[in-house]
Amino acid sequence: MAQLIETATSELTAVDVDVVTLDLIENALRSARYEMDETLFRTALSPGIREQHDEFPLIADPEGKMIVGQFGLSIPDFLANFSGTIEEGDVLMTSDPYSCGAAISHANDWLVVMPIFFEGRIVGWASQFGHMTDVGGKTPASMPTDARTIFEEGVIIPPFKLYRKGERDDTALGIILNQVRKPDWNRADLNGIVAACRTASRRVQEMCVRFGVDTYTSALNALLDRNYRAMKALLALVFEEGKPLSFTDYIDDDGRGYGPYELTMTITRTGDKVLIDLTGSAPQAQGPINYYINENLIRMFFGIYMITVADPQILWNDGFYPLVDVEIPENSFWKPAYPAALNGRNHGIGRLFDLFGGLLGQANPDLLNAAGFSSSPHFMYSGNYSEGERKGEWFQLYSIGFGGIPGRPVGDGPDGHSLWPSFVNIPCEYLESYYPLIIDRWETIPDSGGAGLHRGGNGVDVAYRFLEAGTIAIHDDRWLTYPWGVKGGEPGARGTKWIDRADGTRVVLASKVHDVAVGTDDVLHFVTWGGGGWGDPLARDPELVCKEVRRGLVTRAGARTYGVVCDDDGDLDAAATSSLRASMREGREEPLPLFNRGDSMENLLANSLAETGLPAPTPPLAV
Amino acid sequence: MAFRLGVDVGGTFTDILLINEATGETHRYKTASTPEDQSIGVLHGIEQACRAAGVPTSEVTEVLHGTTVATNAILEHKGARVGLVTTKGFRQVLQIARSFVPGGLAGWIIWPKPEPLADLEDTVEVNERVTTSGEVRIELDDDDVRTQLRKLRKRGIEALSISLINSFANGSHEARIAELAAEELPGVPVSVSSVVLPELREYERTITTVANAYVQGQVSRYVGNLEDKLTAAGIEGHLSILRSDGGLVSGRVAADNPVSLLLSGPAGGVTGAVWAAEQAGFKNLLTFDMGGTSTDVALVQDLTPRIGRETTVGDLTVRATSVDVRTVGAGGGSIAHVPQLTGALRVGPQSAGAVPGPASYAKGGTEPTVTDANVVLGFLPSQLAGGEIGLDVEAAGTAVKTIAEAIGLDGVESAAEGIIDIVNENIYGALKLVSTQQGFDPRDFALVAFGGAGPLHANALGKLTGAWPVIIPPSPGVLCAYGDATTSLRDESARTLVRRFSELDDAQVRGVLEDLAATAKESLLAAGLAEEDLTVTYSADLRYHGQGFEIPIPVDLRTFRDSGDDGGLTALRASFDTEHERLFAFLLDNEHELVTARATVSGPRPQVASVTLDAGPADPLPALRSTHSIFVGGEHHEASIYDRHLLKAGNVITGPAVVAEMDSTTLVLPGHAATVHHHGSLLIRPIENDAAATTSED
Repeated sequence: MAQLIETATSELTAVDVDVVTLDLIENALRSARYEMDETLFRTALSPGIREQHDEFPLIADPEGKMIVGQFGLSIPDFLANFSGTIEEGDVLMTSDPYSCGAAISHANDWLVVMPIFFEGRIVGWASQFGHMTDVGGKTPASMPTDARTIFEEGVIIPPFKLYRKGERDDTALGIILNQVRKPDWNRADLNGIVAACRTASRRVQEMCVRFGVDTYTSALNALLDRNYRAMKALLALVFEEGKPLSFTDYIDDDGRGYGPYELTMTITRTGDKVLIDLTGSAPQAQGPINYYINENLIRMFFGIYMITVADPQILWNDGFYPLVDVEIPENSFWKPAYPAALNGRNHGIGRLFDLFGGLLGQANPDLLNAAGFSSSPHFMYSGNYSEGERKGEWFQLYSIGFGGIPGRPVGDGPDGHSLWPSFVNIPCEYLESYYPLIIDRWETIPDSGGAGLHRGGNGVDVAYRFLEAGTIAIHDDRWLTYPWGVKGGEPGARGTKWIDRADGTRVVLASKVHDVAVGTDDVLHFVTWGGGGWGDPLARDPELVCKEVRRGLVTRAGARTYGVVCDDDGDLDAAATSSLRASMREGREEPLPLFNRGDSMENLLANSLAETGLPAPTPPLAV
Repeated sequence: MAFRLGVDVGGTFTDILLINEATGETHRYKTASTPEDQSIGVLHGIEQACRAAGVPTSEVTEVLHGTTVATNAILEHKGARVGLVTTKGFRQVLQIARSFVPGGLAGWIIWPKPEPLADLEDTVEVNERVTTSGEVRIELDDDDVRTQLRKLRKRGIEALSISLINSFANGSHEARIAELAAEELPGVPVSVSSVVLPELREYERTITTVANAYVQGQVSRYVGNLEDKLTAAGIEGHLSILRSDGGLVSGRVAADNPVSLLLSGPAGGVTGAVWAAEQAGFKNLLTFDMGGTSTDVALVQDLTPRIGRETTVGDLTVRATSVDVRTVGAGGGSIAHVPQLTGALRVGPQSAGAVPGPASYAKGGTEPTVTDANVVLGFLPSQLAGGEIGLDVEAAGTAVKTIAEAIGLDGVESAAEGIIDIVNENIYGALKLVSTQQGFDPRDFALVAFGGAGPLHANALGKLTGAWPVIIPPSPGVLCAYGDATTSLRDESARTLVRRFSELDDAQVRGVLEDLAATAKESLLAAGLAEEDLTVTYSADLRYHGQGFEIPIPVDLRTFRDSGDDGGLTALRASFDTEHERLFAFLLDNEHELVTARATVSGPRPQVASVTLDAGPADPLPALRSTHSIFVGGEHHEASIYDRHLLKAGNVITGPAVVAEMDSTTLVLPGHAATVHHHGSLLIRPIENDAAATTSED
């Protein structure tokens, strides 16, 4: 447990904070949090943070409870695992999930934690982590898809003082940066993260001046309490007492040929509280897909769905945590034993949201969306320039792809969009300016969004033509299981990756690979999943279906999934449509299923090679 | 005598300001806007204003105009049907839209799927490709282009946009397509991305080009109609339009590049604020323009508004130079509400608008708005509404009472104060975006408040920001028209280079900048200005190699000599480091990179004399009209109510006080005093700071 050194030791006085002051402080915290984002985006060098925004800020109360933030880290768990003192001017950092109680979940994420002092006492914490493109290790981008231990995943930084009373520890930083392939990126990005935390710190100090430290800290408690009360009401509204709700989804494989990994979640409300139980989920994986998560992060993710939909303007925070109990089995996919490999945990994060969606949707139709949080597919490309003025220079790219947003109660899922907040794609012209590649095609794939009254968003095909020999790596999933449709909607298409070699041959790639050699004029097709459909496709306006045919988002053949017949120009044949719809209605079983997973797991595995070009994974082994 | 005529067209009213260039004497006229064809209302207003002032229309030498035609076309989705030509493989560039979903982690659940500004049905791709360094990789095929353009002709498009990959580096394919379009789609206006925005990032360039095409028809028609009507009415004065960046251009130039007009209206307000503050002797300003539904804020340094490279209107963000105006949904009509689940007090962004309006307008509105809260607190005494709108005090109280009940407050006044505090905080949040977030301390600035509702909230925002004095310009309701009338002609030219400093030398940069200046001068020379009257300024967008954001840095061309010592680049490097340190508090060892070079050419600033008030004593007693009870800080105060038109230079109004005029009301809080400046502005300061702060006045 960290020992906090404060020169002011008198107790703070709890004071009443009127609702207006409370809202003023809430707003000020909200703008401080966005200021953190802005500071980092504008100063970072790695495209992953600079262009893609793979970073997560947080401002916490004196105990480390998040008051405002994004998601994905926990200061109390960090402090509980830190041995040593923390005093004014210190800035702490780590990249080791196992040394901070899973406040972060893989070694690419560099976490900075800074105490905010005001008049000699800690009034809060500023914290932010960002995904470093490279942290060393055996493969560029530091995410070997076959890793069995964390030792294969680059430099593992235990919690330490990056700044000690305001002085940076350049020796330690030098040792760390010596391990990585792009030290200038890591240095700039880390500088940006520290600058962002300092910005937050200043804003909190300004509020302590403006409102008084007692009012400020009391307001934080009131904000936490506001969330507590809101969540209490919501839980009672959404969950029937004593009736467990359960949902299961899968990670298709672990990068080492084993899979699928079954992930199960059950939620039961008893009185004011709910229990989120992950029992029944697969044991820890051989490969690096384990998602080491702590109980607080499960609470945080759960809260996002609940509160955001209820009052989108609210600053959701940790205040509701006492209402949520969490059970995570040891040595499982969610809590692997040290030193299990962790780098590819992005699939687990994505699937967690599909689990919440599928589970909460059974209780509350407002929350029932189709599946789409299938993953956060990564693409890496690196090598050395072989000619020109940059001859010999090392290049390295890490980027995130996006797929189809699921069909939703409010309407269609957008095509080729991000489910992650604030993430954007890296522009083609940017990639071509900074990397030896040309993009032949960047389009969504017609019919890849699941059919439904509300269509799932289409997946995306990006065709990268390489201009220099090098190696690539891919991290994706949902190549075997489908993004499921709901309420009669069809599943979305699965993701797929292949290389058209310069010599005319085609190689289908597994969804998790690294160190794949590519040559000049090889073309990689990086095809992401589509979102599942929502509601009965036969109920969709036929004119809209035809319009989407004309737009190239649905094909003529695809229109028939909606029971719609149109000609080559996309003009509706109304008579043929009504007779097709009538015969389709006749031939199907009603009521339509709440969830449509495309096929049984047995059939998916049996047909894997024929349908995907990839052999079915082997059932997971106990580790 | 020569007169300048400023025209600002708002959603409800068209403001006309006639200024005698020699005396600075002004005549104002307000008339209803005519949304179906704004030029009708404008001409009517001009004729009425001239008649009222006894000025023959032939004596109007300049008509200077901020227009919302382009803005409204976007907001009301009433632009042209735009066809788009893209590079093969990139037809869905607007559909994918950088994959961005706004909001937090669950934001995608409630975000409506947007429709692209150019429909995919009206988007075609052509077989061609240039590389990022401008080499042609795949030649353009004329036959293929003609085939695709004929498809668009069949679809009935009204405007064409062309945006090919990497055209910022080589626009020849786009230019050829434009030539072919002139044959295949005669009469259809064409927007070409390498002309509209020759900058890297395909989505941003494409959406900007499409937006240009989308609004071009309406802007062009409007400017044409207005010019015709002015001529027919015997007004021979030259028509100029205010661009989003605060510079004036001729009507023709405006019509050719209408995407640069999207913030024409707010830019007029900021330039007006600059003019008024300069008269009062202040150069560094925060401005806020509060209307019925929203508030626009901006920062002005040394009389120059900060310029941003992005323009946002509604959901649309384009890359177009504009005054860095941030908009927040906080206006007089913003509705206060209390979500049941959280019990928090929220104000806006929903607005009661003009219909049904605030409850106190008695036009059917029942929801509590900011205006209603101001009425409840006594800041808007009903007898002072200028006679236009009678205020229903009782209805305001009833509406605000619902808030008091929902948050469990005893008094309706306390709830009203809460609403005002929240809306002020929202505006403060916007002011922080342009000040503290950009590394500026608001206490180093004066705060200029205008718009119908600005002067009511000005004093409170002075307290929040510490920006003193708070300046209430003369005629705060028509300040935009003032801005239109008092700014200068301006044009700019830019080129994206993306070169590391080691790849550049002084002579090369100097050459680029001089070329840009020559291009930027063309339109001003064509408008009849003399070369020797033009002022050129240069800037460059720089970053550390590898960063994704650039910082605009002013360039002193004189430091770029031919002596070969690269003193110019050295100076530029130092300026960038200073700015980076100021913004982010650290520097990097990475090489510097010049992304975009820019030349801005301005014509002479018009000489417009300002109003000068007669001097009076400190005591404003002659302007005192009555007293009225107001509620501030949890208690009632007896406030003096003054008529602004009766105030004299040197009068000091001690708060609590309300200063009323035709289209606006100023609130002076207890503990503060407003001094009447001889050029008409009210300068509000805390009483204890008064002596120290007056030294910055002229």
